[in-house]
Amino acid sequence: MTQKKDRQHIRPYGDHWNDGKIQLSFTLPISAGEKAKEAARIYLEKIGFEQPQIVSMEGMGEGYSFFVAYGTATFFIDLDHIKTHKPEFPILPYEELSKLAKENFRKKIVIVGGTIGSDAHTVGIDAILSIKGIAGDKGLEYYPIFQVVNLRAQVSNEVLLRKAAELGAEAILVSQFVTQQDQHLDNLRSLNKAIKKETNLSPHLLKIVGGPRMDHRIAKSVGFDAGFGPGTKPSEVANYIVHELIRRHQGHGSSQKEKPRSLLGWLAGK
Amino acid sequence: MSKLNLDRDRVEGCRVLASKIARRVQDFVDRHTTVSVERSILRLLGVEEAYKGMPLVNVVVNSLTREQLSRGIFYWLGRALAHHRASPISVCLKIAEGRLKWENLPEVDFDTIRDVTEPLARNAVRKLEDIHDKRQRLLESESRRGTPLKYLIVATGNIYEDVEQAVVAVQNGADCIAVIRSTAQSLLDHVPFGATTEGFGGTYATQENFKIMRKALDDFGQKIGRNIRLVNYSSGLCMPEIAVIGALERLDYLLNDSMYGILFRDINMKRTFTDQYFSRLVIARAGIVINTGEDNYLTTAESFKSFHQVLASQFINEQLGFLAHLKEEQLGLGHAFEMDPTIEDSLLYEIAQAQMVREIFPNSPVKYMPPTRHMTGDIFFGHTLDTIFNLVSILTQQGIHLLGMPTEAIHNPLLQDRFVSLKSANYIFHGARGLGDEISWSENGKVIRRSRAVLEETYQLLHKVEGMGLMKAISEGLFAHMVRDIEGGRGLEGVIEKDHHYWNPILKLLEKPRQNFEAPHRNFSHGNYRHRQDRFKKRNFRRRRPKS
Repeated sequence: MTQKKDRQHIRPYGDHWNDGKIQLSFTLPISAGEKAKEAARIYLEKIGFEQPQIVSMEGMGEGYSFFVAYGTATFFIDLDHIKTHKPEFPILPYEELSKLAKENFRKKIVIVGGTIGSDAHTVGIDAILSIKGIAGDKGLEYYPIFQVVNLRAQVSNEVLLRKAAELGAEAILVSQFVTQQDQHLDNLRSLNKAIKKETNLSPHLLKIVGGPRMDHRIAKSVGFDAGFGPGTKPSEVANYIVHELIRRHQGHGSSQKEKPRSLLGWLAGK
Repeated sequence: MSKLNLDRDRVEGCRVLASKIARRVQDFVDRHTTVSVERSILRLLGVEEAYKGMPLVNVVVNSLTREQLSRGIFYWLGRALAHHRASPISVCLKIAEGRLKWENLPEVDFDTIRDVTEPLARNAVRKLEDIHDKRQRLLESESRRGTPLKYLIVATGNIYEDVEQAVVAVQNGADCIAVIRSTAQSLLDHVPFGATTEGFGGTYATQENFKIMRKALDDFGQKIGRNIRLVNYSSGLCMPEIAVIGALERLDYLLNDSMYGILFRDINMKRTFTDQYFSRLVIARAGIVINTGEDNYLTTAESFKSFHQVLASQFINEQLGFLAHLKEEQLGLGHAFEMDPTIEDSLLYEIAQAQMVREIFPNSPVKYMPPTRHMTGDIFFGHTLDTIFNLVSILTQQGIHLLGMPTEAIHNPLLQDRFVSLKSANYIFHGARGLGDEISWSENGKVIRRSRAVLEETYQLLHKVEGMGLMKAISEGLFAHMVRDIEGGRGLEGVIEKDHHYWNPILKLLEKPRQNFEAPHRNFSHGNYRHRQDRFKKRNFRRRRPKS
């Protein structure tokens, strides 16, 4: 079988090329029985699956049943039409990134971070910021090019922005874990509004958000510059901050461009 | 029977250190009260109403200056009652409406105050004792459930929807239902009022919500001949008040930790230590089992490197619990299955840790928490991890088992998440019921060596904490790597030094052992540490108490 495969137009691969197999599990509010099973099958048909198969039905007590099912998806997706929202930037190793930052900025880059609103989950922000990092990837505190201020949990907009203004932060990093009823989006919108009102902030301020249900598309939709989801390593965030700040500083004309300084001068600035 | 052959003297040494640590905290606690403690006194006296959107107890306590409050709400109530023959509630309403002013009350001699308040206190404490006895009768009538008890959470935000999901979980084998609170309720300095249908990440803990869930579980439990344990959270700024309303609504378990709020909610440590003591006195008398929160440490600290922090905290929680008259049977000390699964032999280390907690606290219904730190959103691997967690739990015979959800780190559990999770636990608990009795560990193998190392590290940590005092230790980040300032965090303004004439007859009654009560026979397989404590007390630590 050496037939040429179309890797441009694709659909799910289960047991063989283009079979479109998708696995699902869900609950219906009806006691298990023939009627429940048929309801589940019809429901999948209406979604658009071909030949839906209910492979398991179990009663979960009175009035609820749990189904495991397979269906065949019928349509293809054209990869040419896919746009991603992730900002493009190179991932440089630690030494090179430090060198690049030193060449471009005379001071340390100040980063202020914390979880905003009532959210108390600091696992994510700590993994990115604290020196320990995650999975062997050191956190931003480890980088001498950054000055990191981790305000940790349940920081109010005012405190976050006051700190950012006071220290002349070039990036704020907020974490949002609790996502029920889109609470995280409301929090981010309100922070964005507060940032717009605050006049003492750096004009280049990078607004970055992270969290388990976060990505660039969502971050952009609430006025942020970047959003990082699960599996993000601190080094990615570090690279994003450095590259994006360089881009912004250059974008604002030569008058505002930071002049590179000697290593000695940089150290004195520490 | 010990499988780990732990050094008894070292375990004993840990307890001695923890007891000293606890006693130093208690010295501080005994000299202070908090707004929440005083509010919970009013709640014990039946003041449950709201007034203009705020709980009446808040309105009344806020109407006193710090200086006035340092004599205790009971003193002022006594002064009011000596002049107005009325109930505590009507005095509170008059205060709220401004028809009565504290400063207009004439001075009354102390004997009169004592005479009018002591009967109220006795009644309030009797209420707690009645609840204790009622639960005891219910539990005795039930055929014994195999342990670990299966503990499931509901968290829809809507109490009526929670009821629906809880009942489904019970039908699939759940023994305990915890209603997760709305995010950040712990930071509210009042307890919300009434039945609620909206919350963030959980459902508000209110007395009415407790009542609704209690009734639903009682009704359904009766149908199937079981007692379903109801769980909520006595933590945060209203820790003692939740303890009171939880007790009054016959909750079975309350999450209650001496340090969790400080470390993970940034609540001031003086506030938390003072609050935990009174809340635990109430909990002890009402016969509730507490669940401590050491499992949380392993979400910020690595389990392989930091498990000794969990154990050290358990020792401290135990001793602080004893000081508040909790019995070993009421101490659901927490720990968790959080080892990095990429570590070779991580399973052996998990077993070592779970087994040692069990052996060090043999009479406590230890609570084992599922993996969360290494749950990624891959529900299939998550389910595998949870299944192994179930196996370790039955193998080491844990007391309370919080079921892991394959969808941890994604969303609140769906109905089906609880279902597949219970199915796994039901299978493993049944299929491996006797596994723990069959297994012994090689004498110098990894499991035994690991447990020895952790015990030694625990001893060293406790030694360090004992040297500097618990408050200082927390301020230096010795627990969960969280650094908390002694004067920092929320709620410090609600801590008040007691006046020389502080008056609180409920506290006095709760600090004494219960009268006319036959304590159940207890098995002290590791010796009676409270006797040991008493020796300490006499030798080194005379408790300073304000004379009244």
